Amino acid sequence: MIYKVISKSEFRKFIDALVRQNTSFGPRQVDRNTADEPIYQFMPVSSVDDIEFDYTLTTSSAKHFFLPFRDQLSRFSFQNSDFEQHVAYEADPVVLIGLRPCDISALNILDDVLLNGRYPSPYYLAKRKNTFVIGMDHLPLPDCFCKSLAHHTVSTGFNLFCSDIGEKYYLSINSSKAFTYLEEFQTEEPSCEDNCLMTRRRKLISESFRTEVDVTSLPSILDIEFESPVWDKWGAKCLNCGTCAMVCPTCYCYSVDEHFDIDLKGASRNRQLYSCNLVDFAVVAGGHNFRPKNGDRLKYRYYHQHRGFAENANQQICVGCNRCGRACLTGINPKAVINDLRMEKESCMTCVSPSPDRT
Amino acid sequence: MHDLRFTIPRQDLNREAFASSVPDFNLKSDLMKTDMGYKCRITNIVSLTEQEKLFRLRIVDPEERRIFRFKPGQFIMLELPGFGDVPISISSASSNHEFIELCIRKAGHVTSALFRIDTGMHVAIRGPFGSSFPMDEMAGHHALLIAGGLGIAPLRAPLFWINEHRDRFRDVHLLYGAKEPSQLLFSYQFDEWKTISHIRLHTIVEHADAEWKGSTGMITELFRDITIDAKNTYAIVCGPPVMFKFVCSCLDRLGIPMNRMFVSLERRMHCGMGKCCRCMVGSTFTCIDGPVFDYWSVMNLKEAI
Repeated sequence: MIYKVISKSEFRKFIDALVRQNTSFGPRQVDRNTADEPIYQFMPVSSVDDIEFDYTLTTSSAKHFFLPFRDQLSRFSFQNSDFEQHVAYEADPVVLIGLRPCDISALNILDDVLLNGRYPSPYYLAKRKNTFVIGMDHLPLPDCFCKSLAHHTVSTGFNLFCSDIGEKYYLSINSSKAFTYLEEFQTEEPSCEDNCLMTRRRKLISESFRTEVDVTSLPSILDIEFESPVWDKWGAKCLNCGTCAMVCPTCYCYSVDEHFDIDLKGASRNRQLYSCNLVDFAVVAGGHNFRPKNGDRLKYRYYHQHRGFAENANQQICVGCNRCGRACLTGINPKAVINDLRMEKESCMTCVSPSPDRT
Repeated sequence: MHDLRFTIPRQDLNREAFASSVPDFNLKSDLMKTDMGYKCRITNIVSLTEQEKLFRLRIVDPEERRIFRFKPGQFIMLELPGFGDVPISISSASSNHEFIELCIRKAGHVTSALFRIDTGMHVAIRGPFGSSFPMDEMAGHHALLIAGGLGIAPLRAPLFWINEHRDRFRDVHLLYGAKEPSQLLFSYQFDEWKTISHIRLHTIVEHADAEWKGSTGMITELFRDITIDAKNTYAIVCGPPVMFKFVCSCLDRLGIPMNRMFVSLERRMHCGMGKCCRCMVGSTFTCIDGPVFDYWSVMNLKEAI
């Protein structure tokens, strides 16, 4: 990693040059919510003026650039009683600007999931390798809890990371591509003062978190509380809409379906992102549903996010961005569910004994 | 202008793992076909019952036919272009390199379409995926195979294996239960199994008809008829989800060690590669860690059976 500082005006020139030459996406305000707060999304940008660098957090995560909601896996063309299958692992280069540390951490987790193991995904690899990621830090929102999962800072998975230190940006350069690009612009070696400002910035971010979720030993708690009535309680609220999985930066479960072309001369095999909260997630042919209850499916989501992957790769899959909590229509948020499991507020719901800290 | 493009080599990443210039991440893949299917010709279709048919598939390309190898208990993803792909266990002998046989029940969208096609048509298969039965470990022991209904389909591969290596096994029992006598699959092979391979076959049906002379009841009732040396027995159980709980507790009572009881689980699958998560049980993928699990692992998996 190479560190540089760049003045804000020069940084805008750099971004402008990058954006004008490449297909780029950056945070833009798309609407306002009922509380009159702006809603941001990663949208196509054509100049630096389109990008809102001081945005809070986008509603959808950056995963959709790597795992599109719908993605074609292969094509079939039919001739007589025969067919030909075509598979292409291609992706056009894309520049993503302004990803938050939690977004980049999420990409690192997706890398772990999709590029490791016996069957790495070439579709994901092509997109990941063709994306130029520029990260930016931010002051946490009141309900962000990424610090609890140690994802408020990030050290890999990006090409360039920018920290706002007042008059300048402190740049962490993590790829030769980014370095070559920046050579054409005026950057400086960080001075002692810059380093000091950077450390102060890190400290400020770290101290600004107002929400904390205790996730230590959560994998075993999830195991022990498998039959807990907590799941019935939250399951009764769940609408099975799947919104949480759509906005989640790490949810990658999908479904594959095939469609004939309208002229019947071909067919396509598509992948579509799915959610484990949807009713038919585990339905097998013949109609048996392995997870028939709302609570079962909600539990499975937490199980996968906080336990399943922890066991396989020693890492919880949640990054603590709380997008699911904000997007949930019935107000199910991870902090409340996890605290319930830990018996933080009420007494144990099964045996009605007071919670440990009250005895 | 700097070119950001990273190009993946033109050749199909999964097609030829032996090729010299594959990116290193692909060396982890120990099978050839994950996204591109092996194209197969359907050479024969046998109607077993109204609901089940036995399809015989032959891989068209001779080179691909040479590469395709599987172990008893593994499954493939059967692709019917335009309709979809479904996980199907292989029910032919793993030593048979000429064709594979798939016993398929008409149950959903893809299988219903499969029931309408004729011999000579082309389909594709991806795989083989998943874990297999420990046939080598089982050698020198008694084998107890328990199948319920369509559960006989994945058990046919280990049965073929046992027939080919009969001298390596001691007593082999096959307990097979179905709803009605007409739903007993592969009944034309019963005599062959009994007389040629010396497999002690016990069948039972839930609802007998006028011609049925065998036992009637649940499959667990067959345990009263057999005596087994529990310490030296490997058991394989395959059937509908409800069957596992009862059969496995019976086996437990007989004293068969948990790590010698194997079950083959069924789940919804979309990829076969541990990516779509549809088949996840707790933190375990049925497609890569399973479908064959020992009972100890299954006991540790919440909501597995």
